[in-house]
Amino acid sequence: MVLSSIDPALLLASLIVASTPILLAALGELVVERAGVLNLGVEGMMITGAICGFAMAVNTGSPVVGFVAAAAGGAILALLFALLTQLALANQVASGLALTLFGLGLSSLLGQGYVGIKPPPTTRLDLPVLSDLPFVGRVLFSHDLMVYVALALVALVWGLLKYTRAGLILRAVGENHEAAHALGYKVVRIRILAILFGGACAGLGGAYLSLVRVPQWTEGMTSGAGWIALALVVFASWKVGRVLLGAWLFGGVSVLQLNLQAAGVAIPVEYLSMSPYLITILVLVIMSADKSRAPGSLGRIFHASQ
Amino acid sequence: MKLTHLLTSAALALGLTSAAVAQDKTKVGFIYVGPIGDGGWTYEHDKGRLAVEAQFGDAVETVYQESVPEGADAERAITQMALQGADLIFTTSFGFMEATLAVAEKFPNVKFEHATGYKTLPNVSTYSARFYEGRAVQGHIAGKMTKSNIVGYIASYPIPEVIRGINSAYIHAKKVNPDVEFKIIWAYTWFDPAKEADAATALIEQGADVILQHTDSTAPQAAAEKAGNVVTFGQASDMGEYAPFPRVSSIIDNWAPYYIARTQAVIDGTWESTQTWDGIGPGMVGIGEISDAVPADVKAEALALKAAMAEGSYHPFTGPLKKQDGSDWLAEGEVADDGTLLGMNFYVEGLTGEIPN
Repeated sequence: MVLSSIDPALLLASLIVASTPILLAALGELVVERAGVLNLGVEGMMITGAICGFAMAVNTGSPVVGFVAAAAGGAILALLFALLTQLALANQVASGLALTLFGLGLSSLLGQGYVGIKPPPTTRLDLPVLSDLPFVGRVLFSHDLMVYVALALVALVWGLLKYTRAGLILRAVGENHEAAHALGYKVVRIRILAILFGGACAGLGGAYLSLVRVPQWTEGMTSGAGWIALALVVFASWKVGRVLLGAWLFGGVSVLQLNLQAAGVAIPVEYLSMSPYLITILVLVIMSADKSRAPGSLGRIFHASQ
Repeated sequence: MKLTHLLTSAALALGLTSAAVAQDKTKVGFIYVGPIGDGGWTYEHDKGRLAVEAQFGDAVETVYQESVPEGADAERAITQMALQGADLIFTTSFGFMEATLAVAEKFPNVKFEHATGYKTLPNVSTYSARFYEGRAVQGHIAGKMTKSNIVGYIASYPIPEVIRGINSAYIHAKKVNPDVEFKIIWAYTWFDPAKEADAATALIEQGADVILQHTDSTAPQAAAEKAGNVVTFGQASDMGEYAPFPRVSSIIDNWAPYYIARTQAVIDGTWESTQTWDGIGPGMVGIGEISDAVPADVKAEALALKAAMAEGSYHPFTGPLKKQDGSDWLAEGEVADDGTLLGMNFYVEGLTGEIPN
């Protein structure tokens, strides 16, 4: 066996890099769906974030500015969706699909002048003692800042949804918007804020692709990552912890199968290739046997007059 | 009653005239597997389309559809293009083969050109380039440039075209460096920058210091650049933005002359179903400039190899060659025939691993 050519520390480090884009996008979509809105435009918002972040990072020379611009770009596109579905009461599925198409087109237009340009490098954190620890230092403490921002967001969203009044209101709006409205909560306003947050997260995920994981701008470079994030939210039963687990599983098995192939392990490539999808779905479906279900008002249109 | 009758015939007449006007212009359609900005495969096909427009001006109208998945949806996209009145449709990926044939049977008056396939009909031609000639040059440079003796290869799908490329590169790397070893990853995609970058990273982490790719985007180039000391080659397009390093040379597909000739044939009414397979000699395969990162003597050898293939004095698959299982394939001096090459489904001796089904 030739497994010795795989360095576990590098593998685990790659796992975290590979899972961060879908983690961010799925986390944002989770908040949107918990507020009762189904936004199928994740792919479009991701790729818009990817080019906005890339363009700003190249022009200013600062990846941080790039990531801020990516979040803004994703949120602006999401605002379009919010206006359509929350104010104009358009169908959410159709609007979301349109948003994806629009985002793909817009991004290739914006990206015309950015093909083949190298983005400024996103520096890896170098903590004095921690980063030098053998194994653990490489796996946990020497990533770029965005990895930790993503993990912090996961913790924040989890805590917010579970323990705070704001989280309770958001969930109430998602479970039963009429009841929430009757209690005096501004359903539309809360949903718009959730949609904007979702857009910003998707934008960040896209920029992580174009600034760190690949790093370059190519048209259509998300190539389905947004749809995987969407599926992840459903398979994770709308729970934050499971989204994190799912993203790590998917990213991890994806990277692992590539490494196993390169190492020449005698497992048929067809199986290796489908393993990320198979294993992630299997694990999350088994976990969702606890009767968790979708938010009650998911995808339904709300208007105060009804 | 009379009025409606009049209106119908007027509309009919109008329809006929506009159809007649449309007949004057030859409409050429292109079905792409990736976005035109992929910087590789589809980008070069679209350059061919633009060359057709530049050549014929107002006499020709071109349409294209990008990022068409290989599968059931391809048939819908091709049908739609035929319904829009295209006279000639180029379907530019191997996976469009069955869809192209299915649509071609329904539209016998429309001419179809399928890239890299092997099935034809009276109104379906195939065309491809002998990329394996370019792979021979890459393999030679790769064998000379690698210090770790590990060459990483990002393959897309297990089809003859890709397998030919792997074999050709390996044979020529091995010839100049007997210790060379190929690590192959099947990405099962033509275009997915994130996955291509991950594959390149996995290969680099396992010691590869030369990366060859048979996927369409420039992502592996970016991953190699990030790693710092890894050599790459442009695939399908020059990818010159990564020159002089990591990209040290490239295979450039040049479809423009073929697209212009075939469009002309449709205009002249001389179009016939053909099978075209051209290499470096006729100019369908170009070798991008070999950068200064390659030592001068290696560059000279690579250029000599290129020249020998261009004039036909050297064939990349010349015996003695054995198959992976050790059985004889080509005897001393024997040259592989096109039939075997077109259906190639085996590795040559020395390559490890199995070809997926």
